[in-house]
Amino acid sequence: MSDPMRIRAQAQGDKTTVRVLVSHEMESGQRKDAAGKTVPAWFIQTINATWNGKTVMSAQWGTAVSKNPFVQFSFKGGKAGDKIVVNWVDNHGDKRSDEALVA
Amino acid sequence: MERREFLTSSSGATALALAAASGLVPAYAQNAPGWNKVAFDSKSFAEAAKTLGATSAPVESKELVLQAPEIAENGSVVRVGAQSSMANTTQIAFVVEKNPSALAALFDIPAGTDASVSTNIKMGQSSNVYALAKVGDKYFYAVKEVKVTLGGCGG
Repeated sequence: MSDPMRIRAQAQGDKTTVRVLVSHEMESGQRKDAAGKTVPAWFIQTINATWNGKTVMSAQWGTAVSKNPFVQFSFKGGKAGDKIVVNWVDNHGDKRSDEALVA
Repeated sequence: MERREFLTSSSGATALALAAASGLVPAYAQNAPGWNKVAFDSKSFAEAAKTLGATSAPVESKELVLQAPEIAENGSVVRVGAQSSMANTTQIAFVVEKNPSALAALFDIPAGTDASVSTNIKMGQSSNVYALAKVGDKYFYAVKEVKVTLGGCGG
């Protein structure tokens, strides 16, 4: 299991902006190690976020997303105290789910 | 003759075992449910658009704004963002023309979510970066050239 995600959600007016920093190697499958062997691809393939159980963002990622991925999005609605849950699944079948409250 | 046969068959078996050990036959590789492998295998912008479901070539649109740096000093972290002011934008994708896998990321925009996302992507070399938006059943794009300077001298 990898490190927790850092999730910041801020409500401003009727809009909530969410920034997520995921902790993941995001190995592209292109890099070679010191011995000249290709390091196999290891990356997050699907990620989604829900707000009070409703999906507000879902994405599919390829190998080109940077290490420790960052993602920002915003949606209508949301107030302080609402719960944001973010889930991801990588190509090894690893999963992680973290949550944060809207500030 | 017998000896020769034995040698050829045993070397074949060794090659197989080596291939398995070196990861050419990945035992663990599995794709997450819902991950569009075909789209992520595409090698060009046109191919990526096609595999995502565009039936005709995407049209350039001023209502789709792509934010990307002109010069990226570090190709492994390039901040890109896209905003669409077209109603009914349901998907936004980022495509890097010269990356080994052209499609970098694909975001679904559910109703109620702004058609505005940003993320960090990796770029192997200087290339055109596209934002591709799906509006209804049509596809629109915005493009910007991003120069990747290795060594960080900004030139």
